Amino acid sequence: MNIIILGAGRVGESVAESLASEQNDITVIDMDPARLRALEERLDLRGVVGNGIQPSVLREAGAQDTDMLIACAAHDETNLVVCKVAHDVFNVPSTIARLRSPEFPEGDELLGKSGFAVDHVICPEESVMRYIHQLISYPEALQVLEFADGRASLIAVRATHGGALVGHTIGEIRERFPHAEMRVVALYRLDTEMEATPQTRILAGDEVFVLADTQKIRQVLSAVHNIDKPVRRLMITGGGKVGLRLARSLVGQCEVKIIERDLKRCEYLASQLPSNMLVLQGDGADEELLLDENVGEMDMFLALTSDDEDNIMSAMLAKRLGAGRVLSLINRRAYADMMQGSTIDIAISPSQTVIGELLTHLRRGDVAVVHSLRRGAAEALEGIARGDVKTSKLVGRKVEEIKLPKGTRIGAIVRGEGRKSEVLMPHHDTVIETDDHIIIFIPNKRLVREVERLFQVSATFFG
Amino acid sequence: MYNFLPVLNVFSRILLAFAPAFLVPLAWAWFLDGRHHALVWAYGFAFAAFCGAALWQLTRAHRRELQAKDGFLLVNLVWTLLPAFAAAPMMFTVPGVEWAKAYFEAMSALTATGATAFVGLDDLPVSVNVWRCFLQLLGGLGIMLLVVAVLPLLGLGGVQLYRAETPGPMKDTKFTPRIAETARGLWGVYVLFSVACMLAYRWAGMSWADAFMHMCTTMGLGGFSSHDASFGYWDSHTIEAVATVFMALAGVSFMRYFIVLRHRTLRPLVNDREIRTYVTVLAVSILVVAVLLVAHDTVDDFPEALRTAAFHVVSVATTTGYASTDYAQWPVFVPVLLMFLGCFVSCAGSTGGGIKLVRMVLLIKQARRELVRIIHPRVVNPVTLGGAVMPTSVMTAVLGYMLIYGAATMGLTMVLLFTGLDIVTAFSAVVATVNNIGPGLGEVGPASNFGVLNTAQVWVLSFAMLLGRLELLTVLVLFTGHFWRK
Repeated sequence: MNIIILGAGRVGESVAESLASEQNDITVIDMDPARLRALEERLDLRGVVGNGIQPSVLREAGAQDTDMLIACAAHDETNLVVCKVAHDVFNVPSTIARLRSPEFPEGDELLGKSGFAVDHVICPEESVMRYIHQLISYPEALQVLEFADGRASLIAVRATHGGALVGHTIGEIRERFPHAEMRVVALYRLDTEMEATPQTRILAGDEVFVLADTQKIRQVLSAVHNIDKPVRRLMITGGGKVGLRLARSLVGQCEVKIIERDLKRCEYLASQLPSNMLVLQGDGADEELLLDENVGEMDMFLALTSDDEDNIMSAMLAKRLGAGRVLSLINRRAYADMMQGSTIDIAISPSQTVIGELLTHLRRGDVAVVHSLRRGAAEALEGIARGDVKTSKLVGRKVEEIKLPKGTRIGAIVRGEGRKSEVLMPHHDTVIETDDHIIIFIPNKRLVREVERLFQVSATFFG
Repeated sequence: MYNFLPVLNVFSRILLAFAPAFLVPLAWAWFLDGRHHALVWAYGFAFAAFCGAALWQLTRAHRRELQAKDGFLLVNLVWTLLPAFAAAPMMFTVPGVEWAKAYFEAMSALTATGATAFVGLDDLPVSVNVWRCFLQLLGGLGIMLLVVAVLPLLGLGGVQLYRAETPGPMKDTKFTPRIAETARGLWGVYVLFSVACMLAYRWAGMSWADAFMHMCTTMGLGGFSSHDASFGYWDSHTIEAVATVFMALAGVSFMRYFIVLRHRTLRPLVNDREIRTYVTVLAVSILVVAVLLVAHDTVDDFPEALRTAAFHVVSVATTTGYASTDYAQWPVFVPVLLMFLGCFVSCAGSTGGGIKLVRMVLLIKQARRELVRIIHPRVVNPVTLGGAVMPTSVMTAVLGYMLIYGAATMGLTMVLLFTGLDIVTAFSAVVATVNNIGPGLGEVGPASNFGVLNTAQVWVLSFAMLLGRLELLTVLVLFTGHFWRK
């Protein structure tokens, strides 16, 4: 696919990185030549220097032959205009804009073809906020991802001593929890993938990926992890966009303290949040301040500044001072892999959370949802089986007959629409029906293409 | 010294504009009081018009755009001299009245205080009562505001005048691009409510004359009545209910009604922090007073207690000052509570007096903020109102205002004590006038009036009403050296 990415900032860079590894032809437009050169050296892509809202620059980037334009410049207005120009002047079939302002919802008339011509909206801050919010609601989980409009969930949990399943094999799950429909789709031990066969034994310290009905998340978590108290008190350092959105979403749910360095920003935060949320001016790595504000009594500590090192240091400090769970935003992939599971319980790379959303629009065939796992190494994909026995590679076939790439596993099937839908755990003889939502775990990104092909309906469907 | 002649020029035009107000009592006098009285009002009209015209001729050469300072001087001139013009005809229509008391009465009328120095209201000519009450309607929402609305004489100065006269801590909230349009809108809403109020009174059983007069004093939250017994004259539940409703309505910022009518949504009323507090404070106070009245066997049954409590609480808390019974005889907690409520319950932008509820809300928030700060020294929690951060300048202005308010109340009380009044009368008289409530306690209680005071005391209280109506600073700024320097 020919893709133009506007803006080589943090989001643009990780989008480029994630897409370049999938054999796409990528052109990045940015005003900063040094930045582009660094990107060109690292990844297999082309850089074009210039202002992307100018048609001449877009033409130089090859907009006339482009399949998709992803605008992730810093300013909403730039992104809106670029999408408009790309659509009107170059007829780019698909446009995606990163919009920070919540006043432009996807599907709004203003973003339609006669408006700014934005097909899809992505908002990294919003994605990160939702991601973290899930972790606060399920404090035991490392990651909670929703499929099929929230009917099924994929949960990543670190197995601990005391969890009911720990020390047992995957095959024994059905015996011990006959009513809890769940499936272990992957198992990582010491950062290497283990094969999840019925004979595999779950040990304490393993990172377990479980697919289950969303309503049964609690049971699943208790099977693998000893249940924590719900999060009531939490401390956030960094009152940026993510911090503010998160605090707003927690009104009435938790006691929140926010530490922010900039006084002006503090005042703004205080005006936006209810008065029982405390806004403190100071440094998140200031031991005195953390002690004064009782960091040891916090159920959760979140380091959400834009600086990786600051986040890591304040999170480690908070952990040492006795905070319960410690979570940190870490942009650099190397840092994130290094820190996850060490002193810091959960490392979140903001750019990765939005990639999943982006990948959904990029995947061919009837792919409904894509989530990127383990910071981009693996992927979970929800596809819809269309067509009939003749045209589809899935419909009418038993699970064991489907030719899946090695290592990929069918985690769950969601059948039916709306309230009548049910979450099925597939067995070897389950038969796929038309319009089933199938959730597939893909341990390696290279296999994505093959899985996509499964969901494509052959041409005879139309004939 | 700074040149105040341009201000006099504007004042002359305002005086000219004020003169037609005399035609209202003139009309009533013509039909109800006879030729002799009508002539007095005609002279009043002619005198004001002549003075205005003469002054205008003399200062014509000094016309120029008004400056910030001019606004303050002009507002003070208007509020001290117009009562004098308004008082003049009363010297010839009220038997045996001295100048100080006539001026006090006019000042009490224009500032919508409602403290009367006249005895035997029922025997006065109708036109005098109409005049007293009509002045409360004019003064209630503000003379300058009316001037700004009606006369297109103000370019830049309009905003200055509006600020100098309009009560409340945040005066730069303009809801229309032009101040004149805002002023017209406010007066439009005011007149609308007034007409509704008058019809309601007439429906409840008042004569047309009484309905007109009490409409004026209800909407202006003044509290003058054409009867010595005030609302006790009718002893009617319906009339008291109508009064309660319209007093409560007038205690809310007219700006809010203006926005509601303009945008056709009730949200500005329902979501406003000040209005919510207003309703809560009134409701709780009514309940407390009713329970106390029943507990002390002052009133026999609870519904009746609730009804009479509602009327008096709303009347005094909104700084109107109507009474249907001598509430000074109730358990002592009640009259003191009522005076206390009168100090702060009216909303900013209403026709009521006092320190305004929004200032009280801000002060309480400030106090709470200081308490949190003791536990969390690094906390950043600016005072917010309806989601907006109050700038420090507003907060210091509110604190400064409270300080001056307290100092003025104490100072004026000391002056009255010096003239030989007892402490209850002196203090309550000052509170009742500075907050534009009307009736005080002791010798100037609801069953009595300010006629018992001597000349010096009356002058002091006239000044207190002026201070209260212009919210202290506008008046006191004239006494600073900076004001008069070039």
